[in-house]
Amino acid sequence: MSNTLNNDLKQQLVADFQATESRLNGEAKTEVHQKRREAMQRFEALGFPTIKHEEWKYSNVNNLVKQTFDFNVKSDFGANDVETLEIPNLQGNVLYFVNGKYNAELSSIVSPESQLQILNFGRAVKENPELLATYFAHYANYQDDAFTALNTAFAHDGVVVHVPAGKIVEEPIILRFITDARTVNAASQPRNLIVVGKNAEVKMAEAFRTLGDNGSFTNVVTEIVVEENANVQYYKVQNETEKAYHIGTTQVIQKDKSHFYAVTVTVNGGFVRNNLNIVLDGQHCESFMYGLYFPNGKQHVDNHTLVDHAKPNSYSNELYKGILKDKSTGVFNGKIFVREYASKTNAYQSCRNVVLSDEASMNTKPQLEIYNDDVKCSHGTTTGKLNDEAIFYMRSRGIPQAEAVTLLMYAFCEDVISQIKIESIREYLSGLIVEKLAQ
Amino acid sequence: MLTITDLKASVDDKAILKGINLEIKPGEVHAIMGPNGSGKSTLASVLAGREEYEVTGGSVEFDGQDLLEMSPEERAAAGIFLAFQYPVEIPGVTTINFLKTALNEIRKSRGEAPLDAAQFLKLMREKAKIVNIDDALLKRSLNEGFSGGEKKRNEIFQMAMLEPKLAILDETDSGLDIDALRIVAEGVNKLRSPERAVIVVTHYQRLLDYIVPDYVHVLYKGRIVKSGSKELAFELEEKGYDWIKAEVAAL
Repeated sequence: MSNTLNNDLKQQLVADFQATESRLNGEAKTEVHQKRREAMQRFEALGFPTIKHEEWKYSNVNNLVKQTFDFNVKSDFGANDVETLEIPNLQGNVLYFVNGKYNAELSSIVSPESQLQILNFGRAVKENPELLATYFAHYANYQDDAFTALNTAFAHDGVVVHVPAGKIVEEPIILRFITDARTVNAASQPRNLIVVGKNAEVKMAEAFRTLGDNGSFTNVVTEIVVEENANVQYYKVQNETEKAYHIGTTQVIQKDKSHFYAVTVTVNGGFVRNNLNIVLDGQHCESFMYGLYFPNGKQHVDNHTLVDHAKPNSYSNELYKGILKDKSTGVFNGKIFVREYASKTNAYQSCRNVVLSDEASMNTKPQLEIYNDDVKCSHGTTTGKLNDEAIFYMRSRGIPQAEAVTLLMYAFCEDVISQIKIESIREYLSGLIVEKLAQ
Repeated sequence: MLTITDLKASVDDKAILKGINLEIKPGEVHAIMGPNGSGKSTLASVLAGREEYEVTGGSVEFDGQDLLEMSPEERAAAGIFLAFQYPVEIPGVTTINFLKTALNEIRKSRGEAPLDAAQFLKLMREKAKIVNIDDALLKRSLNEGFSGGEKKRNEIFQMAMLEPKLAILDETDSGLDIDALRIVAEGVNKLRSPERAVIVVTHYQRLLDYIVPDYVHVLYKGRIVKSGSKELAFELEEKGYDWIKAEVAAL
């Protein structure tokens, strides 16, 4: 039996690719487009995964791929709409993408060009082809991952960031991806490339927000290159609708002595799959991965992490936490590779969950593949309920039950929330989380 | 203030309290003593509203209200405070944040305006002196990693902050060395007032050297089998509980 689905969405995408290609004019000969074409061939061969695929066992995309989407929805989302978002006034380099298309009018870049070179993907193809030739699609695996292949095939918009060696970018980069599904089923495939040079530092966030009652599909890929001794803080924030499908891959490569921090927070989303893949291709690197998710209703949140210790003497640590209500489902799959030569590796992983309903479920799967004896690795998962004794303790001090439960749930998340070092994003999330937990 | 009449309670269908009668007036300190398993902590828990205990008979009136009809938070707002035998550790919630929430919830239920951050901190500094509790401790997660003495001091500090009408101290002396016991007891004594009543639940007499009770009751097999003055506590310390058990058996 076939492991892949033949379906409406795939057929639509194959046709879309041909139509797009015919309009490319001179760009068809560029290196970037050669990658796109290669990726499209891979996508056609791979097809969408079914639940027979080991990595998709608990996340069924069948309902997604039966649908069709408009990947070029024209939206009139403008400054007035920005005002209605929870964080209208973000400080820093704020870039807006509406249905996957860069919106220059809404965006503002405040850091000087000496600190930060930032272009939308389309311009980067024309203005910085060298950077793309060196890094684009070199790390995110379009050979084996169908969604990454698909994103690569349609890589036309998104952001290309280059922080030159030695530069400390003071203002954060905040990418706001707005899906406007107020009129039709809207889809987008943003593609981002972040290259952070030697000894450079940057903080960035990707914030996903869906508007409207129609279905939506986001298939995003972000490649992050962390050069020697560089420091990158990366936050991914999702607040989408019940009908939103979100599949995203963040692919990170770290060189010697680099530091990378990731915090992924899923406040809302119908079907969410986040892949966070980090290759520690250097010695004395540190990687921290944190995650939080609060599915309720029928929401599904799947976090897959992959940490590949390819060189000796590096450290990785991950902590994912979730609170599941109603009929929601969650998945945590944490894979750690320690390669044969990666001695003195320290790798830790922990996933803790609170399941508040008998109908909610959480699947956790730690996978450690260790090919070296001289390492320290540990993993642990817990799934439990809220502490009744703690609730009674709070109530006995006058805190009403509902409030006590919210306080306790928030406290459970606190150590992850506090890892977000962009204050406006942390405050925004903190408010959203309190609101969600009180539901 | 508090009138307990023929109170019966069970847990998992096992009868623990088999008819308690007790009358407490403002300003009084009542010690409830008794051997292990006599029902002392059950009585404290039932008064605070712990849901695992099922009240199977009798009544409890507090300031003219039917206490048994009230939720734990309503009881707290009405002025009941339970100092826990085993204070709960709550990672992620600081003592300050916890108490500020609690105090303002209680104020809200009484129709009073909430305290702002400055007012709250002022009050906290003032009350922290009562049990000599450190600021740094209050900024930490509630009871997390606290020593036994710190946990019990924190309970009395909370009592000072919430200013209850009736404080129930459940085995507050357990797990304390003599110095910690003295600090905690002195804290309680500073909080004694003509309006405030205290129930001291304890297995041993030593706490009562410091918190001198007006009345001592002996609880045994779910009933108060003997009541007296503070001298009764000394007698129990000297002779143990066997003579009480023998007296009950002879009835």
